[in-house]
Amino acid sequence: MSASTTLPHSTGTAGGSTTRRRRRGPRTWLAALPLLAFTALCFGVPLGAIAFGAVTRTDPVSGATEATGEHLARSLQGPYLGSLIGSVQLSALTALVAGVLGVLIAQAVVTSPSRALRGATLTASGVLANFGGVPLAFAFIATVGISGVVTQLADLTGLGWNLYSFTGLTVVYLYFLTPLMVLVTVPALDGLRPQWREAAQNNGATGWQFWRHVGLPVLAPSLLGGFVLLFGTAFAAHATAAALVGGSVPLVTLKIADALSGNVLTGQENVALALGLDMIVIAGLVMAVYLPLQRRSARWLR
Amino acid sequence: MAAMTPTPAPNDGAAPAATAVAHTTAAPAAGPAVAARDGERDRQEPPARAPRRPRPRTRPRVWRGAVLALAGAYFVLPLLASFVFTVHVPGQGISFEAYTQLLSAEGFTESLLLSLGLAAATIAASLLLAVPALVAVRIGSPRLRPVVEVMCMMPLVVPPIALVTGITTVLRWGPEHLSTTPLYQTFLAVQNPDFPVVLVLAYTVLALPFVYRSLDAGLRAVDVPTLVEAARSCGASWPYVVLRVILPNLRAALAGAGFLTLALVLGEFTIASLLGFQPFAVWIVSISGAHARMSVAVSVLSLLITWLLLLLLSRAGTAPATVSPGPSRNSRTSRTSRTSGKES
Repeated sequence: MSASTTLPHSTGTAGGSTTRRRRRGPRTWLAALPLLAFTALCFGVPLGAIAFGAVTRTDPVSGATEATGEHLARSLQGPYLGSLIGSVQLSALTALVAGVLGVLIAQAVVTSPSRALRGATLTASGVLANFGGVPLAFAFIATVGISGVVTQLADLTGLGWNLYSFTGLTVVYLYFLTPLMVLVTVPALDGLRPQWREAAQNNGATGWQFWRHVGLPVLAPSLLGGFVLLFGTAFAAHATAAALVGGSVPLVTLKIADALSGNVLTGQENVALALGLDMIVIAGLVMAVYLPLQRRSARWLR
Repeated sequence: MAAMTPTPAPNDGAAPAATAVAHTTAAPAAGPAVAARDGERDRQEPPARAPRRPRPRTRPRVWRGAVLALAGAYFVLPLLASFVFTVHVPGQGISFEAYTQLLSAEGFTESLLLSLGLAAATIAASLLLAVPALVAVRIGSPRLRPVVEVMCMMPLVVPPIALVTGITTVLRWGPEHLSTTPLYQTFLAVQNPDFPVVLVLAYTVLALPFVYRSLDAGLRAVDVPTLVEAARSCGASWPYVVLRVILPNLRAALAGAGFLTLALVLGEFTIASLLGFQPFAVWIVSISGAHARMSVAVSVLSLLITWLLLLLLSRAGTAPATVSPGPSRNSRTSRTSRTSGKES
């Protein structure tokens, strides 16, 4: 212990125990208090309200509250179940396609000798990954919507194209999911050292064998993690779909919005809460897969 | 699933490049096999060979060019087409009316100003909360680190639409249970339509993961304990250490966090629309029915503005380092001194 105290550089990031002991530790945690209090209040309380509302029913007349599984059960039936399945399908498909495309683009950028190209791609990816939501929906409406520029030029309607559908939504989602995958993948591909490939080649491996036995196993956690991240992003996306398709594609986010704004029936709020809880559970599972994967990939790629 | 994907739109123009590599699809590789099974577009094939034959210098260039060209086409096309859509009125020719009428459009200025105000407040709030916490975790309380990390990352798990269901529930408590208490006034003030604080609170929650990641990366790049130790040994006070030593080193990270938050707030639609407020994104949707051209024009502008901001901020974050020709240690000190000069 005393030896490590003399080497703050080596221990600074790994174990903070030495610094903690020497610094005036007892009071620094106060600085973290506002953050913790804020998240507990502004995030924890709504979250608690979701969980509580999803499993209880309050009688409007007497005000008595009782526990019930009715809302959760209803959120897993009929059109609500359909919307959950629709969301999962759309997210899985878009994440898969965007994942593959993102890896290809990232590999093209990483292997390119041009630093300008690399910088431009990363900057563009950073912007485009944040270009979800309403503006994106309108850009696509103007491009391949009913009276969109490309639709008119290429007569896409005649070819059976419809933007306001599952397929259309897929194409639109790819617009922000692919750049996100590029952002996630480029560091991972960078971590793939050229020496490994040289070593493989010196041992007589073909390119395919290199990828099969070295490249892909090393990359697998980050690629899978990227896929999971894209899935979560697509699953949570609401604004794009709301501005684009309205209600014609069954998505759980649209169903929640409908129930919340009272478009369906009054007294649906608790079903909205139950749906919200369903979403959180699914997204939570997704993250539970993502975080360990990310940690695992960090072992090789640094 | 595969049946769903005859995506004709953006790739039609790029067919020639793709046919050149179409014959490479036969051999299955793990990733590309997925692509092929999916019946996806030609764009995926070029790289199918990429992983396998990266050695020969000339061949990678072909697939790399094809991939980048196709990707470029897909990403540029909607932007170009949107611009054409806004300036070209069928039967009337070119007109920039959609842009010139923007300023006088009803609600444009109000909603934009509201969004900018919300963004400023959100950036301030998230940085004021996150910076002290993260610095403290670095220099004094490493045991708190997992707690802070989990707290900051949790919002990623909760989709905004789910969060908003919780928020509406909580906001209903005001009239239902608290109408006789002073808290009721707080509930009303928080929902003031002129400046809905509730949105700032919600956005701060949503922004925390991004702010945390950006700051954490920034702090990782700097040896904070050593810096603090050095400054303290030289007799610097704690506020001085934080303001003049730590923060200047975090400039790029702070700028990045601020930018991400700005982009997030400007584009946020879900929470604001479901709570019944009208910042920018909600306004665009509200005019899209009557002024389709204008709503697209605003969308194009918002992308351009976001892009510009990103460029400016990334430059602001790195400029001092690139200006000084010396090694990175020197550039760091020069950056530090420059910022402190500006502040004093």
